[in-house]
Amino acid sequence: MIEVQGLTKNYGRLAAIKDVNFRVESGEIVGFLGPNGAGKTTTMRILTCFSPPTSGTALVLGMDVRKDSLEIRRKVGYLPENAPLYGWMRVKGYLEFVARAKAVPSNQVSPEIERVAQAVGISHVMGQVIRSLSKGYRQRVALAQALIADPPLLVLDEPTIGLDPKQIREIRQMIKGFARNRTVILSTHILPEVSQVCDRVIIINKGSIVAEDSPSTLTQRHGKSPRVEVLVRAPAQELMSFLSNLEGVTSVHPPSRLPQHDGIVGAAIESKRGADLRALVARSVVEKGWDLLELKTLDVSLEDVFIDLVTEENDDRAAQEARGETVI
Amino acid sequence: MRGFYAIFHKELANFFVSPIAYAVIGCFLLVSGFFFWANVSFLSLLSLQASASPMFAERINMTDVVVRPFAQNMGIVLLFVLPLLTMRLFSEEKRSGCIELLLTYPISDVAVMLGKFVASLLVVVIMLAGTVPSFLLLLGLGSLDWGPVIGGYLSLLLMGGAFISLGLFISSLTENQIISAAISFVLALLFWILSWSSSFTGAQLGYIISQLSILEHMDSLNKGVLALSDVSFFVLFTAFFLFLTMRSLETHRWRG
Repeated sequence: MIEVQGLTKNYGRLAAIKDVNFRVESGEIVGFLGPNGAGKTTTMRILTCFSPPTSGTALVLGMDVRKDSLEIRRKVGYLPENAPLYGWMRVKGYLEFVARAKAVPSNQVSPEIERVAQAVGISHVMGQVIRSLSKGYRQRVALAQALIADPPLLVLDEPTIGLDPKQIREIRQMIKGFARNRTVILSTHILPEVSQVCDRVIIINKGSIVAEDSPSTLTQRHGKSPRVEVLVRAPAQELMSFLSNLEGVTSVHPPSRLPQHDGIVGAAIESKRGADLRALVARSVVEKGWDLLELKTLDVSLEDVFIDLVTEENDDRAAQEARGETVI
Repeated sequence: MRGFYAIFHKELANFFVSPIAYAVIGCFLLVSGFFFWANVSFLSLLSLQASASPMFAERINMTDVVVRPFAQNMGIVLLFVLPLLTMRLFSEEKRSGCIELLLTYPISDVAVMLGKFVASLLVVVIMLAGTVPSFLLLLGLGSLDWGPVIGGYLSLLLMGGAFISLGLFISSLTENQIISAAISFVLALLFWILSWSSSFTGAQLGYIISQLSILEHMDSLNKGVLALSDVSFFVLFTAFFLFLTMRSLETHRWRG
């Protein structure tokens, strides 16, 4: 579906992305994950033929973005960041304009608009002026325009940004629904979105791809060491130093989200990779005569992986720069 | 072609859904109506004076006193109102970010640009059509030489096209509509008044300058003389700025 090789885009002397390679198979939902300014939007703009790459090749449906721009644009539905729309238009008029712009045959414009309006649930606001719609509905209208002409590839740039949790959930459900018979690329910096929606994640940072895999494999492979969280009735200081001295423990810190009162203290314990500390911790705490109120293992989240990858990369660069090497 | 029609339709809708077209057409008709009234009043004053001397009366005609000055005055009013029409064409798309969607639809950049250009030109045609009744009123006063009338309208239409292409180009450079309008107006004004300087520059430079001046080319059309050089000046002027607009859109793509 998409094949990207050595893709580089420079804005003046600044490289927005450099030497990016990836493939997307037909029918996949792929998430682009990265902090702001990582190059997600730039990559998407190249794939949607808005902006040509400085070097490298990007093939969409087997066509080159440089040579077959118009043909690719016919096959791609694009939702840019912040869902730009013509505020003065009515929803129906706007979708009619998009249908004409995407060369939908005139006798199919109405059924096509009805189809997408139903798919994104905007049938009852078709007569409204876009400016008067809530952010959630505007996002739906923007999604609707991307779906017009039934493109086999959808490129969605931060489709849930600025929405409330309920709307985010609805949009996600919709995206999953659309993906049944098409390929979807979406960018986001909201991590749960990726694990909930995407088959595969491409993590991009400072213009380069730092990891690429399914969300579950990523968490396994790049995850931090396992963690155990305990809740104990004990003197705080003493508990901390006691736990840190246990065998296999690498660090102990108070978890921010647990309440600490009435002498009840929480602690998050990190261990070496592969070690299971649960039994040891339980036994030692009880032997010490303290009350063990709670003990659980914490799953490594994609967030940890992401922060890890992104910060590792930063450290590398910092080190490189410190050594006086030039970093483009 | 369908892409062109989509853009053309949208732009026209924008002109008439938002009050832009009504405001611009209204202002144009108000001021040109005033000029028409002033010209006709002047004609009636002259006729009154001429009734005393038949020699003088023979030299007064409607074309020289009303038709040609009226066409020139309309040109000046157009000069003022056209930047208001063209300022948002690309600036608004850029500011709202809609240009990103527009340039990823399967429409060529040329079709996008021409859709906007033709829609604006149609507004000018409607605007000029609003002044036709004035000439019909003149028929009540006497016979009319239609050559200068048609030539006058042609010159206004050609000038309209030229200034729209200029405004379109400027609007593609900035996302600020005020800047777009101001620069388009000043540049149009410069092309308008260029010929004034030809009298105090050298002969050769003076000739070049007068050939570049819009006023000079409009003047001969106003007389009812349809010269290829005048028409081609406007066509080339328009084509040149449309070409620059294309380049500007391309640069916008590169800059992403």
